[in-house]
Amino acid sequence: MHKLFIRSFVSSLVFLFTLTVAAVAKDVKAAFVYIGPTGDHGWTYQHDVGRKAVEAAGFKTTYVEGVPESADAERVLRQLANSGHDVIFTTSFGYMNPTNKVAKEFPNVKFEHATGYKREHPNVATYAARFYEGRAILGTIAGSMTKSNVIGYVASFPIPEVIRGINSFTLAAQKVNPNIKTKIVWAFTWYDPGKEAEAAKALIDQGADIIAQHTDSTAIVQIAEKAGVYAFGQASDMDKFAPKAVLTSVENNWGPYYVERVKAVANGTWSQKDTWHGIGDGMVVISDLDPSIPSNVRSKVKKLQADLASGKVHAFTGPIYDQKGNLMVAEGKTADDGMLAGMMTYVKGVEGDIPK
Amino acid sequence: MIKIVKRDQPSKAIFFLTPVLAIFLTLVAGGLIFYILGFKPFEALKFFFIVPVADMYGFSELLLKATPLCLIAIGLSFCFKSNNWNIGAEGQLTFGAIVSGGVALLFYEQEGFYILPIVILAGAIGGMLYASIPAILKTYFNTNEILVSLMLVYVSKLILDYLVVGPWSNPEGFNFPETRQFSDSARLPLLFEGLRIHAGIFLALVAVVMSWFVFYKTYLGFQMKVSGFSLKTAKYAGYKGKKMIILVFLISGACAGLAGVGEITGPIGQLHREVSPDYGFTAIIVAFLGRLHPVGIIFASLVVAITYLGAETAQIFMQIPKYTGQVFQGMILFFLLASDYLLFFKFKFIGSKK
Repeated sequence: MHKLFIRSFVSSLVFLFTLTVAAVAKDVKAAFVYIGPTGDHGWTYQHDVGRKAVEAAGFKTTYVEGVPESADAERVLRQLANSGHDVIFTTSFGYMNPTNKVAKEFPNVKFEHATGYKREHPNVATYAARFYEGRAILGTIAGSMTKSNVIGYVASFPIPEVIRGINSFTLAAQKVNPNIKTKIVWAFTWYDPGKEAEAAKALIDQGADIIAQHTDSTAIVQIAEKAGVYAFGQASDMDKFAPKAVLTSVENNWGPYYVERVKAVANGTWSQKDTWHGIGDGMVVISDLDPSIPSNVRSKVKKLQADLASGKVHAFTGPIYDQKGNLMVAEGKTADDGMLAGMMTYVKGVEGDIPK
Repeated sequence: MIKIVKRDQPSKAIFFLTPVLAIFLTLVAGGLIFYILGFKPFEALKFFFIVPVADMYGFSELLLKATPLCLIAIGLSFCFKSNNWNIGAEGQLTFGAIVSGGVALLFYEQEGFYILPIVILAGAIGGMLYASIPAILKTYFNTNEILVSLMLVYVSKLILDYLVVGPWSNPEGFNFPETRQFSDSARLPLLFEGLRIHAGIFLALVAVVMSWFVFYKTYLGFQMKVSGFSLKTAKYAGYKGKKMIILVFLISGACAGLAGVGEITGPIGQLHREVSPDYGFTAIIVAFLGRLHPVGIIFASLVVAITYLGAETAQIFMQIPKYTGQVFQGMILFFLLASDYLLFFKFKFIGSKK
């Protein structure tokens, strides 16, 4: 009887608590600032999918798309902070300085900046995804599927994020096929279908029979489809744009993180941190594998995926050599996050130089 | 019955009234578009044109946004008045920003009152240098300045890309495409605490006054006007055409370069890939909406600036796609060009007498 009373008392307390939390939660408003249009089927599109997950969790959201990284970003941020938003996600690197500047003026508003490294005020957190884990999966598939042993790679800008992806991809491909070469074309853009298509054509002309990309448009997979070579989708599942060419895609899955952080704001448990999640936490997702991938490759991929998720395997496990043959990571060691964050050298097997 | 009759002479009143008409028609068409998209037209227009400037902060942001537009448009008015079609102000802005940014980086972590004037001057010179390319090619090699100036825009953006990715990138910045932050001595002073409006606005005002003086009080202004109406007449009158072409391009380039300086030493404080959201192109609309008149350009730059601010506000509060701001800018130019028809033609109402 006594026990029962305590139990019901506790459960009603819990019930009341959830009610209040739910009531508070309803009041929290989240805002999202996008660099591109929500219909780009790449970077911004996936952030907006994440925003919709926040809406589905019962929170109000606002977004502003196509915000240039010029002087305008600061005004948009200030206006969002001023109009009752409790947490603001700024989803492009170029918003780093405006985000920190506006955060200083609005200490009660939380700011979450994607892909940056500055957290100058206690109300600024940063987050990014370990896309290189996804690229290790792509490398495994590419190394197994290539016939010409030349793999093309359309890259955006020579920053650590992109170099890391190229390296992770190449290392994984070499593991299944030591003879492969990765050829890089730098497009110097994140989103420019015309330039990306030109880059893909150039790589196909140089004998590449698989094209990987670190740019956001669907142009490359479409060029690959026409040329009869394989490709990988970027940011979202691009299979529907090139059903034959796309072997799989690395999807950016921001929803779970966004929901978790907005809930933390609602509960009052939000705190500053730097998040770098990969396959294990579900921030990086591999789309369904194309039927053309043979079963022995499939099983390799599934195993690597499980091992990366559990942490049993690290994408950068030694021995790793740079292009000149210098040891970067010793046998049995793995690259630490500091090394990954500043990675600006190609590993052996990547052709060409990093543009300076 | 209504009959369309050609005017003997373009009407002066209509000349200054059509921009107002164009803005009015844009508002009507904009309201209609909002209605079709399923938004309440008056509420949407309120969030577009009134809410953004309803307080002191909003008004200061309007001035901040209008400053580069006004400055560039004033420069362009020199070119356009004299029949020189400089479409590359965006490139001149970018190159001005590159040169002045480079100078500002030279003074990294240094202090001194002399730094800012040097940085500003460097930007003007950069813009002038870049504008001199289409000007010289036009005068001595008869190239088309529209094409040359336009193509150079893309060249300037690639140079900027190269610099911020490579040699000028912040050594502590993990190779992200941006430079270091400029030192405070290389930044334009803010006019009010807590607002972003900076001393660059005075550059724009000086440009406005100087252009008025040149256009209406000097022989040069008269020569420009004559060349604008008829190049043959100008030649017959013995004006030195080549010198004038180069001069107007230099003025235009200097103004665009200064606009670039205003952006990077004002609100941005560093060089990165997106110095300007295409101010150089939008300023072409501003110049024509302002009828190439200094005062007209001031008003036009404010009207066009508010389409940027309004688009942001409308998306935040009403979920109207932000790109409608560009639709509004396009409509303003479209209706202006369309209503220019009234300059040369008039409607005559004819009674039914036989």
